[in-house]
Amino acid sequence: MNDGELLEVEALNAYYGPAHVLHGLNFTVGEEPVSIIGRNGMGKSTMCYAIIGMHPSRVSGSVRFGGLELVGKPSYKIARAGLALVPQGRRLFGSLSVDEHLKIAGRKGNGQWDARRIYELFPRLAKRRNSGATQLSGGEQQMLAVGRALLGHPKLLIMDEPSEGLAPRIVDELVETILRLAEEGVRILLVEQNLGVATAIAERHLVMIAGEIAAELTSAELTSDPELQRRYLGVEPLSG
Amino acid sequence: MRVVAREGPRVVLAVLGVAVVVWLVIKAAQGGSTFLQVTLNGITLAALYFVVAAGFTLIFGLMRVVNMAHGSLYLFGGYLAYVAQTHWYSGGTSQFQLGPTNNIGVMGFFVPLVFATFVIGLVGLGIQQLFLRWNQGQDLRQALITIAISVIFADQMIAHYGGVVESIQAPTSWPSSILIGSFRYPFFRVVVVLGAALLIGLLLFLLIRRTLFGMIVRAGVDDRAMLSALGVNVQLVFAGAFFIGAMLAGLAGVLGGTMISVGPGLDTQFLLDALIVVIIGGMGSLPGAAIGALALGLVQSYSTIYLHFGSVNLTNYGILASFVLVIAVLAVRPLGLFGRPA
Repeated sequence: MNDGELLEVEALNAYYGPAHVLHGLNFTVGEEPVSIIGRNGMGKSTMCYAIIGMHPSRVSGSVRFGGLELVGKPSYKIARAGLALVPQGRRLFGSLSVDEHLKIAGRKGNGQWDARRIYELFPRLAKRRNSGATQLSGGEQQMLAVGRALLGHPKLLIMDEPSEGLAPRIVDELVETILRLAEEGVRILLVEQNLGVATAIAERHLVMIAGEIAAELTSAELTSDPELQRRYLGVEPLSG
Repeated sequence: MRVVAREGPRVVLAVLGVAVVVWLVIKAAQGGSTFLQVTLNGITLAALYFVVAAGFTLIFGLMRVVNMAHGSLYLFGGYLAYVAQTHWYSGGTSQFQLGPTNNIGVMGFFVPLVFATFVIGLVGLGIQQLFLRWNQGQDLRQALITIAISVIFADQMIAHYGGVVESIQAPTSWPSSILIGSFRYPFFRVVVVLGAALLIGLLLFLLIRRTLFGMIVRAGVDDRAMLSALGVNVQLVFAGAFFIGAMLAGLAGVLGGTMISVGPGLDTQFLLDALIVVIIGGMGSLPGAAIGALALGLVQSYSTIYLHFGSVNLTNYGILASFVLVIAVLAVRPLGLFGRPA
């Protein structure tokens, strides 16, 4: 075990029924933010869920988090060990208000996060604290999903496509917030399809294709090679 | 043509609904006090249904478990209170033999009530932990397991409590009836049962809306996998909700056992009623359970009296009216009045 590596994923397989979705993933996340990039349907979200113990019907392999084995543990124990997920599509609770989200997510502990700090971080949420989650704008929903995750005092925050469906200006704000969190010591595993966001936050990028890590690239390699972007992501090259 | 196909059932139902209302208005005009009594019968029956169905819908909404043993918990609660009352408070020697003292004090009613309610909560919790917990998400298995439990309970209750219909006594000091307008109406029905249902409705509303437990339950209904990933031990929440749901069934059994009776067959009858109530109201919805209970209580009450057209007496078919109600509601709202897709 390398010192300083918080999350170590080793030979991680995941299945939905007979469908084999993740094929022996190996990677680590240390102090620096890491991004996982890849097209739709490559297993990125499944990987997030497999790590936090949420969805796939069967998971094998090993996920060690600060030395603790996570595979087979119920997700609430994984969350209490210091892992939090901002899931794709946010998955807010439709029948709860903003304030209620923060109440149920709040946990005692030696962590530094409470509802007051979340409202400081996202002043716009404070104004809408009594609104139902479904009444929020996309950006506000994303803020709430991040705030909700932070209340678990995570050592590692997994964010699954946080920029999805947000206006460019909101995306910029979100990137700033994530960078600020990273400075404060929250480690980040980011899953993104938006290369601009991925390269703004992480220096190390793992390319996922059909449930496997196909390549590991630096931001420089990724941004300088349009052919690489087209091949791995199916996106038009990043302009500028 | 398409429009006709889609609007057809609605038009038929609207006509049917208007006809029912007109018929009831005519009946009300003919005999105001009878109509009021029949209406009160329906409302008090609805109150009892609500208490049964509230527990049922709470369990379903959170865990997606259709607890087919809910009726057994209802009846077992009634029997427990009845036996506790005869043994502890009226000097009975067995469950079939009431003792010489038939004078039941207030404690002689409430101690058995609390005892039965609490024990049924524990029985429900036991069923959930022993049989349902490891079959989570397997609807068919859970339904079959709880049906099996209800069959075993039904036979065991006949073996232990016999086939004679009994009833729990309300405190002797309470009046047996009160004057409402021009007629006397049973006190227990209209004050105790209706009051208990309103109180339980209010308490459940506050529990679900205002407390942290209620917030967690609502979040669990929305997305329990996500709730768990926030560090909430969903299993504990499930256990708590099942305990509360079963307690409500037991409490309803005591109320029903005093208001009507305890006897074989009531378990399946009340299970069916609870099912109808939550199907009408929308599975998992508390306001739905209230509206559904009211609809079912009134329809059952009216149909046993008013299905009488000139010389044609159809009151024997009154039981079918409940199903007409279910069909009518589902034709317009397939998920029930307050139902949401799972």
